[in-house]
Amino acid sequence: MDNLKPVDVAIVGGGWTGLMMAKEITTRTGLTVAVLERGIPRKTSDYALDMDELDYAVRLRMMQNIAEETITHRHSLRDPAVPVRQYGSFLPGSGVGGAGEHWNGAAWRFLPSLFRLRTYLTEKQGATRLPENLAVQDWGVTYDELEPHYWRAEQMMGVSGKAGNLNGKIIDGGNPYEGPRRNEYPLPPLKKSHLSVLFEEGARKLGYHPHPAPAANLSETYKNPDGISRPGCAYCGYCERFGCMIGAKSQPSNTLLPVLQRRKNFELRTGCWVRRIVHKDGKAAGVQYIDAQGREMFQPASIVVLATFTLNNVRLLYLSKIGTPYDAAAGKGTLGKNLTHQVEGNTRVFFDKPLNAFMGTGGLAMRVSDFDGDHGLNGSEGLLRMGMIGVLSNGSRPIATFDAVPRGSAKANWGSEWKAAALKWRDRNATIALSGEHLSYRQNFMDLDPTYTDKFGDPLLRFTLDWTDHEHRQSEFAKEIAQKIAPAMGAVRAEPLGGRARYNVINYQSTHIQGGTVMGASPESSVVNRYQQHWDMQNLWVLGASCMPQNASHNPTLTILATTTWAADALIDRYLKHPGSVA
Amino acid sequence: MKRREFLTLPRQALGGLLLYTLTGEPFRISAQQDGTVRVPLRFFTEAEARVISAACERIFPSDASGPGATEAAVVIYIDRQLAGPYGRDKYRYIKGPFVESYPEHGYQGKETPREIYRQGIRELGDGFASLPVEAQNQTLAAIEKGHFFQMLRMHTIEGMFADPMHGGNAGLIGWQLIGYPGPVMTYRAEIDKHYGVPYRPKPASLEQITGRKPVAWEDEKA
Repeated sequence: MDNLKPVDVAIVGGGWTGLMMAKEITTRTGLTVAVLERGIPRKTSDYALDMDELDYAVRLRMMQNIAEETITHRHSLRDPAVPVRQYGSFLPGSGVGGAGEHWNGAAWRFLPSLFRLRTYLTEKQGATRLPENLAVQDWGVTYDELEPHYWRAEQMMGVSGKAGNLNGKIIDGGNPYEGPRRNEYPLPPLKKSHLSVLFEEGARKLGYHPHPAPAANLSETYKNPDGISRPGCAYCGYCERFGCMIGAKSQPSNTLLPVLQRRKNFELRTGCWVRRIVHKDGKAAGVQYIDAQGREMFQPASIVVLATFTLNNVRLLYLSKIGTPYDAAAGKGTLGKNLTHQVEGNTRVFFDKPLNAFMGTGGLAMRVSDFDGDHGLNGSEGLLRMGMIGVLSNGSRPIATFDAVPRGSAKANWGSEWKAAALKWRDRNATIALSGEHLSYRQNFMDLDPTYTDKFGDPLLRFTLDWTDHEHRQSEFAKEIAQKIAPAMGAVRAEPLGGRARYNVINYQSTHIQGGTVMGASPESSVVNRYQQHWDMQNLWVLGASCMPQNASHNPTLTILATTTWAADALIDRYLKHPGSVA
Repeated sequence: MKRREFLTLPRQALGGLLLYTLTGEPFRISAQQDGTVRVPLRFFTEAEARVISAACERIFPSDASGPGATEAAVVIYIDRQLAGPYGRDKYRYIKGPFVESYPEHGYQGKETPREIYRQGIRELGDGFASLPVEAQNQTLAAIEKGHFFQMLRMHTIEGMFADPMHGGNAGLIGWQLIGYPGPVMTYRAEIDKHYGVPYRPKPASLEQITGRKPVAWEDEKA
């Protein structure tokens, strides 16, 4: 193994959080930073020829190669786990920028109540009325503390949107249920698709408060505080699973990387697969990795920042034997606990007029938040929390969208009858979708699989995860609301999709996987403290959605950026001056 | 070395320009070139290609609602996919042990797409392509719940609507059929117009739009 020249900070993972932390450190200090990314380099000009649905959206060219590493899944402790052999219910990205390159661009803040959910639910419901297996926790950080960090992230990306709560004042046309914002969005909302307008008008007729989703797809040309200029969105419809060829969708490669490339104390190494965080006497000593030529390397570092996707953050801590593994049966330990995904509830709606739905952009959504958090719930639904309901106009591409036909329109899903129906309805259908909070439970967690291994022979991460009655109820409630909205928006048919099925790893849901290294107020209940510093190893920091004790209804990207600069402030302003616990 | 296999197709069967009558019936004007094209096959034998081509035509037939899998050359698309990394399962987790599991865990088998097709073609039988249409439909209906058929059906849709760089969607016939304009670079001036009325720009491929030749994943050197 080759020992490299020590650096001050080694960052594992070159996505949103790793590069954001690198930018903060290299801008505000003279420390040397090395980012180790196992995928390939990426830049905007790479994306000029990527508008190919087959290679990118079907064969998933930008994702981690699942042949090299995957996860295993079981529904409960009683079941055997099997590998996820092909993607999949979520799509982890690879390469510089990670999933932040191929995301849609939804740039939401979380609700204030989510950050103190255990306290909130206990106050509201009474401790005895909460299910015994409910594992939700307070984050240790509050919305008010994160508000300035949300604003930093929104300015860095150039989020397009409309405030609904500006310093407590409710503003028409925005989301009246959001946490108070100190500033209007950096850019006005995106243009509206036909589907957006239909949903907006329909929802308003029913007395709901439709609002555009905040989007990291620029509505206009924008120059951010770092001096990075990017053009407004072209609505080409190639966001999700693609990189943006003009740089209008905010990605690490077009916002953070151009700044970092000017820093002399920054180094990005691609093709470097970190296998272990090396530590001695309770202190991280650096990282061990296999480089692009297959050589084993040791990179000594004074500080290690773990900034990969949720899955590998958790797996690397397990493989490196850092922290106390969670024991689900005993309810003890912390590493791997509180695994969450996102709750869905879809209704397909059909129209008698075309939508021209091939036009759109990843963040172009119209939503109602009237049932977000626990707004609009009267207790009879049997729900602790719900989510947002709405429509997305992110560009319908022909392979993925050909197959939507009303039930009963053909005997088989092939042949002349089916083909005629599919042609008729192809551009006349849409989905009213729930993006629901996923509460954490004691029985949903991650650990190492005893059987299956990655390309180097290291154990895979194992999911133990299934839906509970609460998630099914969320889904059903959303479908009831959709049945009201559909006729109001002019749909001729509305068909609820899915039923009370178990968790499946086949159908794409969202790439929102949270938990495993949760943040919190005490080492008994969390892996990292409220600044995302590891409780057991003070020169090890863990970033990203793995630190979330439960999932919001909202997409996680903006929040992982906000918690990263929150952590960066603690690391730079306090830890560097007095190395030790900042909690 | 394996003998080079070709699939010989009448030129007029492929692609073409799709027009609609006043009553909305589609009709296809084929290229004004007579004769045949000999397409070199990468994976199938000619006999196998004829079986798959016939099966795809039943899944997505050329009929009153417009052209189908034969005009789009879907079989050429499938042949290239199977010959490439996808067909060899280069992007699937293929470490054992292989065990049966719940449907929620998807396909857990060891067989690659290539092996699944070879087995599926054997089951359809050499004579499948020359069976009457009704008999072909019955044969396929008997296997429609199986993994091979589900894969073939998905690949047929892909071959109809993927960019022509992948071998199918010949003459952009699939995109003409559904009114998909292709990977157009900007709709900034159009997105908030045409509400409720069809907006159908003339389709163009990625190569035509960018003026550069994209390399399909299956064509890249390993």
